[in-house]
Formats: sequence, structure tokens, C-alpha cells
Amino acid sequence: MVAAATAFASAISLSSALLPSQGGSTRSLPWKKKERPCIRKSGPGMITAKFELKPPPYDLKALEPHMSSETMEYHWGRHHRTYVENLNKQIEGTEMDGMTLEDVILATYNKGDLLPAFNNAAQAWNHDFFWESMKPDGGGKPSGELLKLINRDFGSLEGFIREFKAAAATQFGSGWAWLVYKANRLDVGNAINPFPKEEDKKLVVVKSHNAVNPPCLGLFTTAYYRCLGACLLPRLPEPTARLYIDLYGEACVVGRGQFQTRKSTGPSC
Amino acid sequence: MALRTLATRKTLRTALGFQSIRGLQTFSLPDLPYDYGALEPAISGEIMQIHHQKHHQTYVTNYNKSLEQLDAAISKGDAPTVVQLQSAIKFNGGGHINHSVFWKNLAPASEGGGEPPKGSLGWAIDTNFGSLESLIQKMNAEGAALQGSGWVWLGVDKELKKLVIETTANQDPLVTKGPSLVPLIGIDVWEHAYYLQYKNVRPDYLKSIWTVMNWKYASEVYEKECP
Repeated sequence: MVAAATAFASAISLSSALLPSQGGSTRSLPWKKKERPCIRKSGPGMITAKFELKPPPYDLKALEPHMSSETMEYHWGRHHRTYVENLNKQIEGTEMDGMTLEDVILATYNKGDLLPAFNNAAQAWNHDFFWESMKPDGGGKPSGELLKLINRDFGSLEGFIREFKAAAATQFGSGWAWLVYKANRLDVGNAINPFPKEEDKKLVVVKSHNAVNPPCLGLFTTAYYRCLGACLLPRLPEPTARLYIDLYGEACVVGRGQFQTRKSTGPSC
Repeated sequence: MALRTLATRKTLRTALGFQSIRGLQTFSLPDLPYDYGALEPAISGEIMQIHHQKHHQTYVTNYNKSLEQLDAAISKGDAPTVVQLQSAIKFNGGGHINHSVFWKNLAPASEGGGEPPKGSLGWAIDTNFGSLESLIQKMNAEGAALQGSGWVWLGVDKELKKLVIETTANQDPLVTKGPSLVPLIGIDVWEHAYYLQYKNVRPDYLKSIWTVMNWKYASEVYEKECP
């Protein structure tokens, strides 16, 4: 799926477009290019950059009773941390050292012929996204443009939730369920839409195996970056395929005009 | 002619006690040959109970369901449905096959769990891998490195008479890696197999499981394939 309109929004332009009450500057965006602090190593003046484990934008206890602090401590504190630490070890001293996380993911996805660092890079991204998809006292309904699109493409909010839950529950083995805004509503594999219009785009629920994610599959498009991911591991005593809707409908509408389209540099993933 | 065939099948069904129409064989959850707590401290009773009664049972239930749907689709000549059911059959059928082997792979220490293999399998291990320790180390490395969910296997290629170490994803049985491969030992590295006890530290689970490994069963299978 060629990213005719793949977007990695420039965080600077977006956050200034939104009022703080709409979450403009206080929330970080899932695909802001992950800048890393440069650590100057003593010795022959070599600079390396390491990815950091970012904490969720809320306290580990804040999602209770839906997600326990114990789950958060294991899932973020151990699993997510391990992905980040192992990724840093894998890319140190290679040409990927210094690349943004998104670029590492695309490079190691390698058109489906996965390179060793892919799993850690993609899972680091996925989990950053996952924590951002939830918030304390979230839930409720989306509004505005997002709700309109959900009604258009799923019939109703209930219809979307049903489909999302079914996707999450029927994933074989490990993986993710996503809500994405696809550049092409037709399922046409490698074809490129030569004259993309807004009506061609469509909200869809997508399942992915293990670490694979929408950036790899080229599934993002300009306006609607707020994908919802539900992680299927680990299975601690509480149910894991629960859906948490984080609502940024308003922000999506206001931000739409401000997004920058990343130029497609030829066939992606 | 159709009527005669139906009558024959009905008689057959009564005689052999099949459970459904058309002689469709369905499956049931096998009993464990030991108590849930018998493998402690290597594997907790809590894990064994949930693993057997919930996870394996679900594979059996869903396998039977998809077989019934397949049966109906075949008799209707519904090709799209037949094809569409393949992934559910592979997943649930594989889950049933794999776990049925797994329970036999384990035994409490009092019944020989952990005792190294003797006889022809012991020799074959030394020949193929140098030593039992080397085999265990290799299997554990493969098991720890497996991404997501799957199994690590010690198998025998019954054509080439060779031992192999393989991994499979999800619930793919060993035979998906080669039609002549027969599983001797399978280690479940899905998180449901160890998480409640070992949390995210899969390598610790892999180290402990060898203390309850039932080499007697593995040897029996090996001697049958390589007499």
C-alpha cells in the first residue's frame, strides 16, 4: 500500500494550532519524530543518541480500575522498557544510530523482510502510541469530524466498537488491533490512487501480527492520526482486549489544515 | 443410490458410536496424566489448571466448531467458506495437537520427570548436538528469541533419521515445517504458558522446564520412528 498521503505531522505546527484546552501543547503526538538527547561519549569525540523510554502521560495508577497499576508496571515498566533498551543496544554504532524511530521502523521493516531491530523498534512505537490512546476518565464518545467519519464508515459508533472488539478478540497469537484512516478505501494492495480525494479515504479496523504497525503498512493519511491500538499481551488476570477510546475529535478538525504531508520517497514499506 | 449410501452410513454410525452425522469425528480434552500441582515448582498448579482447562479446552471447542462448519460447507460445495475456514482449523487444530503432545512431554520428578534420556535417543542427541546440555542450550536460545507466540521443538525427521530443532509461530504444528517431521518435545512459549509465574522472564521458565521433562515419552516416539 503506497502512502499516497502518508503524514507524520510536524509537532510544532500542530501544537501551535491548538489551544491548550484542546490538548494542543500538553499532549505529545504519537508520530512526532522522536528526537533523542545526544550523549557525547568521551574519547574520540563520537556522538551517539539513544532512544528513551517515555512514561505514559499519566500516573501508572491513573487508569484503575480498568487497567491496574500492576499491569502498567509490568507492561510499561518491563516489556516496553525492554524493547527500548534492546533497540538501543541493537542500533548502537550502526547507520541507524541517530535515525528517528519512524525511520528505523521503515528501514528494518525492509518491505516485509524484517531485519533484527524491527521488532524492538516497532514495539517501542506501538507502546508509545498505546499509552497515548488512553487517558484517565477517558471513554465516552468521539465528536465532530471523527464521529461523522465513524458513522460514515462503520454505520454507527456501536458498529465500530463491535468490529474493533471482534478484530482484537480474533487475532491469532500476538498482535494489535488498530483504527486507521486509510488513504484508499479499496483493498487494492500495491496500487496507487492517481487522483486521491477526501472521499477515497476510509476509516478501517486493521489487525496486525506481532510488531507490525500502520506506519509500516503505509496506512496513515493526512488528517486523522489518532489511531487506537489495543495490545493483546500480556494476559494478566484482568481481560486485555478492552477498548479505551481516547477522544480527540475536536483536535482532529482544528488540526487538519495544519498537517504537513511527508513527501513519499518512492514505494514505502 | 443415495438412499442406500445413507442407510449404510447410519448402520456404521451406530456400530462405531461416532458422535455426529456423516461420521465426523470430533475431539475432546485429554486428561492430564498427573495432578495440576504435580509439576511444581517448575510450573505452578495455577498455570497448569488454566492452561489445560481454559486454553486447551478452548482450542478443542473451537476446533470442533470449525470442523462442523467445514463439514457443512463441503457437503454444500461452498468453496469460499471451505477456504475461509482453513486458518481457524490450522489455529485451533494446531493448538489441540500441540498441547496434547505438551502434556505428555511433562512429568513430575517422582515419575521420571527431569531424568536424562537413555538408549537410542540419548545416543542420537550426543551425535547430533554433542551433548544433552548443548541441545538444551540451543533449544532455550531459540525459545527465548522467538518473537510473539509460538513453540520450540525437538523433532525427528523420520525420512532422514535426524534430530532437528525447530520453532513454529502461533499454534502451527511441527509438521508445517516439514511433512516428515515428528515432534519429540515441544515447549510452549506463548505467554499463557508461563507469565503468571515467571512474568516476562521467559528464559527462567525455559531453564526450569527441563526439570520436569519426560524423556521417556520422547524416547518412545523416537524408537517408533527410528527403530
